Amino acid sequence: MLATDEDILAKAEEWRKAGKGVAIATVTETWGSAPRPVGSHLVIDEDGLFLGSVSGGCVEGEVVTEALDVIGDGKSRTLEFGVADETAWRVGLSCGGRIKVYVEKVD
Amino acid sequence: MDIALLSAMNAERAARRACVLITDTANGAQRLVKGADVASDALADVLDAALRSGKSGTVDVDGKSYFLTVQVPPVRLFVIGAVHASQALAPLARVAGFDMTVIDPRTAFATPERFADVTLLAEWPQDVLPGLKLDRYTGLACFTHDPKIDDPALELALAADCFYVGALGSRKTHARRVERLQAKGFTEEQIARIRAPIGLDIGAVSPAEIAVSVLAEIILSLRKKPLRAEKERAGAAIGASA
Repeated sequence: MLATDEDILAKAEEWRKAGKGVAIATVTETWGSAPRPVGSHLVIDEDGLFLGSVSGGCVEGEVVTEALDVIGDGKSRTLEFGVADETAWRVGLSCGGRIKVYVEKVD
Repeated sequence: MDIALLSAMNAERAARRACVLITDTANGAQRLVKGADVASDALADVLDAALRSGKSGTVDVDGKSYFLTVQVPPVRLFVIGAVHASQALAPLARVAGFDMTVIDPRTAFATPERFADVTLLAEWPQDVLPGLKLDRYTGLACFTHDPKIDDPALELALAADCFYVGALGSRKTHARRVERLQAKGFTEEQIARIRAPIGLDIGAVSPAEIAVSVLAEIILSLRKKPLRAEKERAGAAIGASA
């Protein structure tokens, strides 16, 4: 598919305009068998409500936790997940792939 | 991300227009380039390639690294004619990820029994296409052989700059079609965009084979830049008519 029809970025805009703290997570790189392509989004609000996906549900929990920090301090960060990462024991991709996720706050 | 950028991206998507969000990976600086502004942008080449592929990704230009969030409208296909080849094309198009609609005013052809899993409109193309907003992320193929049905659709597709415009019919049939379009004021360059005879030349015989050749031609038109030779021919035609 060329484009996702998920309107998750529209939801991020709606949340922000309603006064919520919002972060957008974007898959920026993938290696091996990654479940979601580069450019996939997950949007998170200050209460931990989220929409979209950056993996097949494997690392969303961790991304949401990090996103709450990003909403708190306003600093963008890049997260990496995968079998080569030691956090794989805790949160990893069961498919064996690796992904990089950029998390930024909506100002 | 600035909320203004996010709003602009959402507005472009809602309007079925392409855009690219550029993020400097070194410092997080961002800007949005709308599809119409790509040609005049400093990163025109990489942005154009990104829009053609429809894929987000990282690019390196002059020692700087940028992440491109590419947003293009979902590609749609309109097939004029609820004929045998359209029946064969429908499942192939779905597998390839295209959103396909079949249009044919002849209710004997346009029946749900013949087209179970595809959007089917038993209407005249000129009645329904204007409301469907054809654009450069839309492809249109005419399969009826009947100028009454095919021509109005072709005219709308050319005027809307659809990425693919194809028409079934022999060279002789197409020559007559060209005459009719010229009489209506279409330019040589516009008319040259019609793929006729339709489909890549793979020697297709059966309706299913014709469907494969048409789908391959649609993908070619979507993904590859126009060949330089084609551009040059178009340029020569413009020069000749000036």
